[in-house]
Amino acid sequence: MTEREIAAGGTQAGLEPSPAALGDEHGKVEGRTQREIIWRRFKRHKLAMVGGVVLLLLFLAALAAPALAPYEYDEIDYTAINQGPNASHPMGADNLGRDELTRVLYGGRVSLLVGLSVGVFSTLLGAVVGIVAGYYGRFVDVGAMGFVDFMLTLPFLPVLLVLGKIYQFTAITIAAAVALLVWMPIARLVRGQVLSVRNQEYVQAAHAIGVSGPRTMLRHIFPNVVGVMVVQATLITGEAILIESALSFLGLGIQPPTPSWGNMLEDARTTMTTQWWLTYFPGLMIVVTVLCVNFLGDGLRDALDPKAVE
Amino acid sequence: MLEVNNLKTHFKTQDGVVKAVDGVSFSLEPGETLGIVGESGSGKSVTALSLMQLNPSPPVSYPEGEILFEGQDLLKASEGRMQKIRGNDIAMIFQDPMTSLNPVFTVGDQIMEAIRIHQQVSKGEAKKRAIQVLRDVGIANPERRVDEYPHQYSGGMRQRAMIAMGLSCNPKVLIADEPTTALDVTIQAQILELMVDLQEKYGTAIVMITHDLGVVAQLADKVMVMYAGRAVEQGPTDDVFYDPMMPYTWSLLRSIPRLDTAGEVRLLPIKGTPPSLIFLPEGCNFNPRCPFVKDECLRIDPALERKKPGHSAACILSPEELENKKHRVDQELGVEG
Repeated sequence: MTEREIAAGGTQAGLEPSPAALGDEHGKVEGRTQREIIWRRFKRHKLAMVGGVVLLLLFLAALAAPALAPYEYDEIDYTAINQGPNASHPMGADNLGRDELTRVLYGGRVSLLVGLSVGVFSTLLGAVVGIVAGYYGRFVDVGAMGFVDFMLTLPFLPVLLVLGKIYQFTAITIAAAVALLVWMPIARLVRGQVLSVRNQEYVQAAHAIGVSGPRTMLRHIFPNVVGVMVVQATLITGEAILIESALSFLGLGIQPPTPSWGNMLEDARTTMTTQWWLTYFPGLMIVVTVLCVNFLGDGLRDALDPKAVE
Repeated sequence: MLEVNNLKTHFKTQDGVVKAVDGVSFSLEPGETLGIVGESGSGKSVTALSLMQLNPSPPVSYPEGEILFEGQDLLKASEGRMQKIRGNDIAMIFQDPMTSLNPVFTVGDQIMEAIRIHQQVSKGEAKKRAIQVLRDVGIANPERRVDEYPHQYSGGMRQRAMIAMGLSCNPKVLIADEPTTALDVTIQAQILELMVDLQEKYGTAIVMITHDLGVVAQLADKVMVMYAGRAVEQGPTDDVFYDPMMPYTWSLLRSIPRLDTAGEVRLLPIKGTPPSLIFLPEGCNFNPRCPFVKDECLRIDPALERKKPGHSAACILSPEELENKKHRVDQELGVEG
């Protein structure tokens, strides 16, 4: 049910319109702030709401892993080796007798940390390059976009594999390496957005009251591209989680015994047919997280679109 | 106070140099209103943007001329200096109020920004002034309206807000680039009246750019008619309107209906379209469309010359010749001039 239907339903049920409903529909000229409008649109997007809530729970669970987990992630229990899901090991145990639930919780810390930091850093990097290139144009633009094109020609996975061979990856270095390899599409997108925004009359009007160049970028252009950026950040976050999994799966990501969803999958590869729970749970977590992130991105895109009609 | 001498604003394009403004001169005193009239593409807006130094660079260049504001040549001023002048000394109101306010900030924020850039005042003080200036431009309930976003304003209110923004630092010159074009006729009248009131109150000089002759007649002390990047007629508004010395101005005036002669005088459209600024015609720029064209017009490119005290026009016809020709056209149309 949409917001309006709820309001209408409430009005009919109560026979007399509540003062709040009245104030909302008539009379009140004050209207809603931008933030309220975005929040209302976002709330209407049910999948995005669900995605957001699930993600939040996953983050909290990963954060609180030491408190929530029933065992230590590297605690070996010989009696539990290869046990399927049961009362003391809800997600079963692996071939060393380590509790799978514990490892999924701890693995989430790595995967979500990598996902989130890649999302934040690559978006910031891409946004800065995109805004500067789009705003200053000319040789700045040519140079920046040339660099973007160059970065895009780098074969992504081989570069990561080589880096992984040279340096021992930790969660932080994986995040940094991935962020440095995925920011380019964001830069292009933001640049395009800036090109269209900077020719708007209100940017010229800002110049006409004496606003300087950098200030125009920060105050008048940046808020108008934030929507695009936020959406891209969520998509990149999902992608980064997948990349981390792939790297760990190839044995170049997070090294055992530290669990990540990717290297847990790799461990379970040989026993996939006999101990299904070892592939099932980490795989499920990856799928759920990435799906939720994408739903969230969808909802944000609709909510932040300034041209959307109520 | 403001003196523009032989201003030339050219743009380099792939097809050649576009001489958007080609040798325009005028001056403006405090409290005075100058109307700049002309068709689309005649260089009105580029002239305005040149005063603010807001033409995109490149491709803009100013090969000649000077814009003296209180003795300083703005064409030679640094960008930092211009930023201090823009908004504070010379402010500008844009054509379309629907797109000239940033949708992500409240109207108050945008007015306060103008105030706080140029004056060292606290946020609270700036807000008080924003409310005051919104009240000045006739926004009802400014205490509440100041915190609203542009989309909560109507078109007329937005233009008022733009004017408020322009006037917030009490500029000496206000450039209004077709401020009423995008508005309803009733709102137009209100906005124009508002500008006159504010001009009387603050002594602001106004450069009113428009293609609406009625607006000029109502507001301007003097008028400059532009055609293909040049001033073709300049003088006190009454002189130019009652006794146009350039066939273009006369044609413009004869192409719009007037209440006082309705039904008596047939409207006379101007043939053709304005010339391309890259391929200007030989001789006088207006000759392909001129109702009084002579052989000499195809060869001679007339400069702006004084026809009467304070009234100059760019035409080789003498005032007497022009008077005869106008009279003949009126007779052909069967009306008494």
